[in-house]
Amino acid sequence: MALLEVEGLRVSFPTEDGVLEAVGGVSFSVEAGRVLGIVGESGSGKSVTALSVMGLARGAQVSGQARLDGRDLLTLAPDEMRRVRGRDVAMVFQDPLSSLHPLHRVGRQVAEAVRVHQDVTRAAARARAVELLGEVGIPEPARRVDAWPHELSGGMRQRVMIAMALANEPRLLIADEPTTALDVTVQAQILELLERLRAERGMGVVLITHDLGVVAQVADDVAVMYAGQIVERAPAATLFAAPEHPYTWGLLRSVPRLDAPRERELVPIQGRPPSLLHPPGGCRFHPRCPHVRERHRHVEPPLEPVAGDPRHSVACLLDAPTRRELRQGPVA
Amino acid sequence: MAGYVARRLLWVVALLLAVSAITFLIFYTLPSADPAAIRAGRQPTPELLAQIRQNLGLDEPVYVQYWRYMKGVVLHFDLGFSYASDAPVRDQILDRLPATISLTAGAVVVWLALALPVGLISALRRRRWQDRLAMGAALVAISAPVYWLGLVALYLFSKDLGRFPIFEGANTYRPLTDDPAAWAASLLMPWFVLAASFAAFYARLLRANLLEVMSEDYIRTARAKGVPERRVVLGHGLRPAITPLVTILGLDIGILLGGAILVESVFNVPGIGRLAYDAIRQADLPMIQGTVLFGAFFIVVANLLVDLAYAWVDPRVRTA
Repeated sequence: MALLEVEGLRVSFPTEDGVLEAVGGVSFSVEAGRVLGIVGESGSGKSVTALSVMGLARGAQVSGQARLDGRDLLTLAPDEMRRVRGRDVAMVFQDPLSSLHPLHRVGRQVAEAVRVHQDVTRAAARARAVELLGEVGIPEPARRVDAWPHELSGGMRQRVMIAMALANEPRLLIADEPTTALDVTVQAQILELLERLRAERGMGVVLITHDLGVVAQVADDVAVMYAGQIVERAPAATLFAAPEHPYTWGLLRSVPRLDAPRERELVPIQGRPPSLLHPPGGCRFHPRCPHVRERHRHVEPPLEPVAGDPRHSVACLLDAPTRRELRQGPVA
Repeated sequence: MAGYVARRLLWVVALLLAVSAITFLIFYTLPSADPAAIRAGRQPTPELLAQIRQNLGLDEPVYVQYWRYMKGVVLHFDLGFSYASDAPVRDQILDRLPATISLTAGAVVVWLALALPVGLISALRRRRWQDRLAMGAALVAISAPVYWLGLVALYLFSKDLGRFPIFEGANTYRPLTDDPAAWAASLLMPWFVLAASFAAFYARLLRANLLEVMSEDYIRTARAKGVPERRVVLGHGLRPAITPLVTILGLDIGILLGGAILVESVFNVPGIGRLAYDAIRQADLPMIQGTVLFGAFFIVVANLLVDLAYAWVDPRVRTA
């Protein structure tokens, strides 16, 4: 049994213009000690997926299942779910400055995470906070414990967020664009830190990002999301070597690479992500797909294993030989 | 920080100078206000008027008068003598100060005690009946003119002419040092009447601030840590939501210490507001000037204290 098994997760928000389905039935699983990367554009539903698993999607109607060690989090009473949050599942957010309380010292914020779930004294929680700050690579933790968030650099702030998330040794860590607000060298450091913590603690990690480079660096498995659905799912190596979905091809082609020849052009994906109030019928990617066929406008593609590789699934109506043919060239 | 405070203090002085000059000019050029005519009695002879003008220094050009006045204020903290009563303006104002402070302090306590829980509950029960009821009541309280509210309160509840005589009415003020119980009893209605619109305004403001703060990322972080919702609101949300209120509170206290003219007049509380009101009716320039300067002083000082308090409340301001 996997650590986290999400099945048929649907999340919708009632709005004045109708029901917005942000997540339209996604399924994935995360093994202990492995990193699942969820990739997609803004608005593809990756963050909402994560927040729903945490029970933090406010005003959302959530259905489906999200089982942590077999226990469905979505049916827990609010107070039971609260006890799970921060203890069994912890989360790190995109913008560490706005995610830290501006009027609380960082040590207090970390110590609070300890005290919410453990019956320890204030002094013990503080000592633990110093220890955690040290573990995530903050120099002089005994001094920094009394710093205000605005006194720290972006990278240090994100380390504080990670320290907070680790306070209760969670089995699953959800990191929602943890490096997006940071500059590149700091990004690398934060990813290394997450990688080290995963290895040391055997945590399962869900890493949400729009950045394929980040995925390539740390993810073991990848799920590609488009318009609220998973369109392709595979081990990272497979996904980069043999992507099956035209959207994934597009994503890969639009990433700048240092090792590519200079004259190779970046190819953007034409068009925009669809409105989730009125998603296109059939395959949701069809309005932007260069290989669209008439049938694709009406038939919804199921997420099915690729022939010969049970760990690689794709939701595309093109048949396998055609895909193989189309994939040749630009991506490889 | 010291440089900042010094700069701010200089501004205080400049502002007070400007305020004094403007009031001086306004009342000097006011046509109806010939103080000599007021003092001269019913049948003034031109000689008598001239004599009075000379005694008061009114025959000199306005800038000389102003200069003399300011010299007195700065060197001796002397605000001159009332045209109406001949008593020193400074002493009269200081006499009235305890009543004004009593009124203000009590009203502040009342309005905070009302506004904080009401604002909090409204925000937490947004769009439910508790919120609608509270915000409806707040709208009424904000819309009701304070003198009307005062008169209605007197008509309904005052012991002398009320339909339900439960509270002391107008004209019953007793100093705190004389008789604390009578002091509180006499001020109960004025406190509530003065506090009503403030309470409503603060409750609405707190509700709006809290709603905004509760959608901040750091609130989501607190929830993600598993902090119980009650503590999320009180421990994480409330302080950032209240901070802007501190600013306004400081200014409001400053304004009220300069005299709550309407409430003091309706309930005849012998405070600075009442003093100013009487002075204006009698065109008593030194008294008007004195009360205006006094009021302005409280407002600028309150402003200064608020800014300093802000640095204390919000660590980000301190470093900036």
